[in-house]
Amino acid sequence: MTGELGRRDVLRYGLGAGGALLVQIALPGCRPARSAADPHAGDFVPNAWIRVAPDDRVAFVLDRVEMGQGTMTSHAQLVAEELEIDPARLVVELAPADRAYDNPDSQLGFQVTGGSTSVSTSYDPLRTAAATAREMLKAAAARRWGVGLASCVAADGEIRHPPSGRSARYGALAADAAREPVPPRAPELKPASAFTWIGKSVPRLDAPSKLDGSAVYGIDVRLPGLHTAVVLRAPALGAKMKGFDAAGARREPGITDVLEVPTGVAVVGTSYWRARRAAALVKVEWTAGTTSLDSELLRRALRSRLARDAHKMRTDGDVAAAEHASSQIIDAVYETPYLAHATLEPQNATAIVRDGRCEVWAPTQSLGLAREALRRLTGYAYDDIVLHQTLLGGGYGRRLAQDYVVEAATIALRTRKPVKVVWSREDDMAHDHYRPMSAHLLRASFARSGAVTSWTHRVAAQSIIAQIAEEWGQSLVPNRFPLSFKRAAARAAATAYAGNAVPDMSAVEGARELAYAIPNVSVEFAPVNVDVPVGWWRSIGHSNNAFAVEAFFDEVAREAKRDPFELRRELLAGAPRQRAVLELAAEKSGWAHPPKSGIFRGIAQTTAFGTAISMVAEVSVEGRHVRVHRVVAAVDCGRVVNPDLVATQVEGGIGFGLGAALHQEITLRQGAVVQSNFHDFPSLRMVEMPAVEVHLVASDAHPSGIGEPGVPLVAPAVANAILRATGSPVRSMPLLGALKEAR
Amino acid sequence: MIRLTVNGTPREVDVPDDVPLLWVLREELALTGTKFGCGMALCGACTVHLDGKPVRSCVTRLREASGKEVTTIEGVAATPMRVLQEAWALEGTPQCGYCQPGQIMSAIALLRAKPRPTDADVDAVMSANLCRCATYVRIRRAIHRAADMLAAPPPDANKP
Repeated sequence: MTGELGRRDVLRYGLGAGGALLVQIALPGCRPARSAADPHAGDFVPNAWIRVAPDDRVAFVLDRVEMGQGTMTSHAQLVAEELEIDPARLVVELAPADRAYDNPDSQLGFQVTGGSTSVSTSYDPLRTAAATAREMLKAAAARRWGVGLASCVAADGEIRHPPSGRSARYGALAADAAREPVPPRAPELKPASAFTWIGKSVPRLDAPSKLDGSAVYGIDVRLPGLHTAVVLRAPALGAKMKGFDAAGARREPGITDVLEVPTGVAVVGTSYWRARRAAALVKVEWTAGTTSLDSELLRRALRSRLARDAHKMRTDGDVAAAEHASSQIIDAVYETPYLAHATLEPQNATAIVRDGRCEVWAPTQSLGLAREALRRLTGYAYDDIVLHQTLLGGGYGRRLAQDYVVEAATIALRTRKPVKVVWSREDDMAHDHYRPMSAHLLRASFARSGAVTSWTHRVAAQSIIAQIAEEWGQSLVPNRFPLSFKRAAARAAATAYAGNAVPDMSAVEGARELAYAIPNVSVEFAPVNVDVPVGWWRSIGHSNNAFAVEAFFDEVAREAKRDPFELRRELLAGAPRQRAVLELAAEKSGWAHPPKSGIFRGIAQTTAFGTAISMVAEVSVEGRHVRVHRVVAAVDCGRVVNPDLVATQVEGGIGFGLGAALHQEITLRQGAVVQSNFHDFPSLRMVEMPAVEVHLVASDAHPSGIGEPGVPLVAPAVANAILRATGSPVRSMPLLGALKEAR
Repeated sequence: MIRLTVNGTPREVDVPDDVPLLWVLREELALTGTKFGCGMALCGACTVHLDGKPVRSCVTRLREASGKEVTTIEGVAATPMRVLQEAWALEGTPQCGYCQPGQIMSAIALLRAKPRPTDADVDAVMSANLCRCATYVRIRRAIHRAADMLAAPPPDANKP
């Protein structure tokens, strides 16, 4: 670690416009940043992402959150490429809430990081923004030197005029460039053959601060006069507070407020440990809650729902006719449990709400959703709701929900104090928005020749979109529309989703896109809507559906007496990308050669978030003990911006998915979540982490997603290896639980 | 008033002696590099050293640290063990990064006890530290790399 790191200020406080307190996060190797929304005189600010200051500081405003997936580095590379500057020289600032930063993805449409969209949706806009800045800097130099624009070149943070040998740093041109007109047409982008930074494994820009303890996550935010709140929450879903006695807690030193809030009883003190200690003295009485919510009952309800027809999400040919004409039909039911996200940083947020102004610091995946939620809470104008992004100690979809943001602001509003709300691990486990439990009916028919003639997949699960459409819809509507209109439009959308008038495609993603050449296909969705909070869990529908599809496929291959790789390969004849990754995974794993004695292989493939991926897992099974020794992944995610970051996402996705596949399950008993911490919701540990090889397919196609596609395949690849090892399929997650039941 | 030494600096804190060391570090001493993850010694994010030995600060009472030397992630850069931070960065290890201070503190203790750990040694010790991003492949590599770096003479050792 260098002296520069040691001297670096991590959090800086200053008075911004209107006397507001600004907290900024300076990043490794970077000087302190000014607010993105606060350009100074002489700065060159061609757009919402780039600001060049006269002191030659080149700031890049990152509008996709950094939660480990590497946006800070990959996006700096995109800017650096067209701006002709070393990405390590960019001062990366985390974007404030502003609709300029809405996600260009057609299905998102507000400021949000999710759906593995960050590189794919920023790839063109960020390069265009940087190229525009570069052209304006060139124009300023050409004008200053009285030379032709075409004779100037940008390189390494300066504009050069080779014929005369003149050069000027970007900072020295900032004031002039600010007066240049924005080019009427977007500048042409560099051809891939000229790339300097795209395609290079640039080291993570966020690594140093994450290794010396200086990185600022939401839970680390410090403000003058900051108080900490903990909340005593309902012990069961649907439980209502009957009353509470906080006399003892109020007498504790450092406790300033004890108040009822919609989520429970908030205990506010001068520090977390004081608030937590006092909270133990509060007696709260609750109603029993929705005791009918019991995972065993819900599991049975989902299974029985599979017996009836459901909404058709894809229909090819005529499955009924094919089954009628078939010589053999097999079917199976696959199941997945509710899952918590368990981000290692528990939910938290910090808020100041007073004098008609709401200021929040939050580790959220969506400042767009957060701002809309805070507007509903406070009624303030958008301009009076100021949001600061922090680093996220894990996201995995959990932080698309804004409950902790609203809770912090609620307590801050009521107490008029700067308040950070910090959840305990137990709060986090019992009050998540879980991956939905699901049940899957799979059925396949065969001709006498052994050919697969039909494939039916019926999914029964809660619809996530039906549950969140009202909140998300309001963030989608442009801010110029009144709140009442936003609310009405979003309610209409929610109603439409709940009745499946607009189908929830996320429920069948990974099932509907079945790439196998089977002539008759039916994919159906049966929404079973109950009051269990559900949400996006890294890879969403794929995490359930790829397991059911790819594990059942091996049952089909076994029935057809075919090698599971060979049958996949044959049925992917019309899907060259998928076939190529399948073949690459098979080749690199040595599929053609038998594994060592006692080791069994399983293969799986899917397409998720635009990325074709295939995995081979090598597994040994002894009794109920499963060990995954090695996973070989082959990935086609289009053009790769940073190969090492892509590899880390796949490695991590495999570990994240394997922990869930082997161990994890959230269960409900009498309306209460049974699990409470990592002892009963085990996460994968190092001793269980397989060796991982990631092979990338070279491609010049537009980049596709990579944060999530590594997750869903490890479960079916391991299940398929277990099938080979034991001769019996494992049809439910967690796999270790299923194995136990089977024996 | 409890006295302890934190990263080489004597400190006095005036809080009850049964407060977890984690919160003393984070809230009383503003050392937020030590992370809260579970509160039950299950995840290792709060790992610090007490007289050189790794402890889970979320379940370590302040009185247990009384009169002792506490080292947190913020103190590593001033020690030869800073090479672990370098090795971690060279291997591109952190993703969200939240667990990494605890991982590094555990790994330092491992390398002090076993300068040349096997993979099995690494797994045995490091399996007590959770990483939800599952950066385990890189952590393993970084530990071996750091072991190499610690064993090798510094790059300028032969220069006059």
